[in-house]
Amino acid sequence: MGRGGARHPLVELTLARVREFFREPEAIFWAFVFPLVLTLALAAAFPSAADRQAIVGLVDAAKAPEIQRALEAAPGLRVVPLAAADERRALRDGTVHIVVVPGDPPTYRYDPSKGESPRARLAVDDALKRGAGRADPWTAAEERVAVPGSRYVDWLIPGLIGMGIMTNGLWAVAFPIVNARLRKLLKRMMASPMQRWEYLLAQMLARLIFLVPEATLPLAFGSLALGMPIAGSYAGIALVVLVGALAFGAMGLLLGSRARTIEAASGLVNAFQLPMWLLSGVFFSSANFPAALQPVIHALPLTALNNALRTVVLDGAGAAAVWRELALLSAWGVVSFGLALRLFRWR
Amino acid sequence: MSTPAVRCTDLAKRYGSVVAVDGLSLAVERGECFGLLGPNGAGKTTTIEILEGLLAPDAGHVEVLGLEWAAHEPELRQRLGIQLQETQLTDKLTVQETVRLFRSFYHQGPDVDALVDLVGLTSKRDSLVLHLSGGQKQRLSIACALAGEPDLLFLDEPTTGLDPQSRRQLWEVLGAFRRQGGTILLTTHYMDEAQALCDRVAIVDQGRIIAQDTPQALITALGAPKVVTHEGTLEDVFMALTGRHLREE
Repeated sequence: MGRGGARHPLVELTLARVREFFREPEAIFWAFVFPLVLTLALAAAFPSAADRQAIVGLVDAAKAPEIQRALEAAPGLRVVPLAAADERRALRDGTVHIVVVPGDPPTYRYDPSKGESPRARLAVDDALKRGAGRADPWTAAEERVAVPGSRYVDWLIPGLIGMGIMTNGLWAVAFPIVNARLRKLLKRMMASPMQRWEYLLAQMLARLIFLVPEATLPLAFGSLALGMPIAGSYAGIALVVLVGALAFGAMGLLLGSRARTIEAASGLVNAFQLPMWLLSGVFFSSANFPAALQPVIHALPLTALNNALRTVVLDGAGAAAVWRELALLSAWGVVSFGLALRLFRWR
Repeated sequence: MSTPAVRCTDLAKRYGSVVAVDGLSLAVERGECFGLLGPNGAGKTTTIEILEGLLAPDAGHVEVLGLEWAAHEPELRQRLGIQLQETQLTDKLTVQETVRLFRSFYHQGPDVDALVDLVGLTSKRDSLVLHLSGGQKQRLSIACALAGEPDLLFLDEPTTGLDPQSRRQLWEVLGAFRRQGGTILLTTHYMDEAQALCDRVAIVDQGRIIAQDTPQALITALGAPKVVTHEGTLEDVFMALTGRHLREE
């Protein structure tokens, strides 16, 4: 039984989608260039902890020069002179981590909930008391441990890969479907003997071709340019990435299964993914959220993907160590695909 | 082969309070070209989409190639060629890639290159759909409909919006299909198209067939008085039957 020079429909449907994608320059940008630019920008904004200085705003007052000397004698503190009127704004904007108001004793003004400020307060207090003649009973021997892979950027890159897999999986699957529905192309497909599940599966499979650059570019960039160690096996990383992409591709199918307009699909995709940008530990650890939220956070597919990625990439664990995350992602994928197939609007 | 290619009885379909099809019955014999003729909004598209198995009628019975949709959809899909009125094929695929995609759905049929050649697009085979003219797009759409070597071809306003030369090229493709023994059911609001292509036409108005015969018989039945200044046309028939022009909204 020949197909007159055509391959299996699943192959042809997948190829059609891949070709369409590669002929759309904007799509290439979002898929490949954007994650790289984001990684670069964040790496510049968050250097490793060792390079960070605490910035101290010193309010201009009688004993200011004395205090300034004491602060500058201590390592890791940078002093910025501040007019009393600018104090609040500087704190709010984060241009200083702490404000010191000279006096007897001096006043420290800072927001303890801002990450850098408590550290700055300790350093300032230490420096000023020492400057005032405090004698330390002893000085501890210090061992600075720079664990490879412990910098913020090392932690960030797997999260960005996870986020990219989610975002591209949702948009790159949901949008073309809605577009094809608008063009009545889905209706035309239905008028042919095409199998519905083959069409849906092809949309997911087409995603896999972009997965190689999507995952390897940020990893290669992190490893070569930023010195991020890749502890895990490539096979383990590949498996996690593959399962994640298929799962989010299936969720993209589901989100695109009913929408009749691009706007409606955008709304759905955003409503689905925005909470995960915040909750699932892309930019900061999801441990920051209250315990009551943790069960929800851990049920989210992006949390599972990010945790699995970090475990294999940074901790060097094998795929077996993340079976729970892989199972959860697979469940999201299978349920989404099943629902999409049932709910899909072909007209 | 005694069963008709298409037979439907008492079809009805309404959208809310709008009656699109109102007790329509027809039979298309094998090997003939049958035209559904009528103005926009007459119910032609709804009727053909019910016959194509894309819409469920509210009432009535449909048999295509002697088979019912409910029980034989996969088989029917393999044996029918369908061209829809509003489909826009993917812009970013080439002619050959598009035909190849559709060809892959069918168990039998001509080679991809033969299909492209059949509709006269060989010189355009590597052009993106985006860069095709309206007539070329329509012929590509026909190539996709012919991909499974269908017994029966459904065409919904195949030449609407095309220039005269493009229409003629498309008619030639359809003529070749008929010479192979294929059956065609088409809708159109062009009188000359119905006269040039169809063995029989049904004139549809407000969801009902108001006349049905060969184009010539319909014109002849109209009688002499109407046609003194020119040879009678189906346009005259429609006007005589409804008191309205075919093309008016």
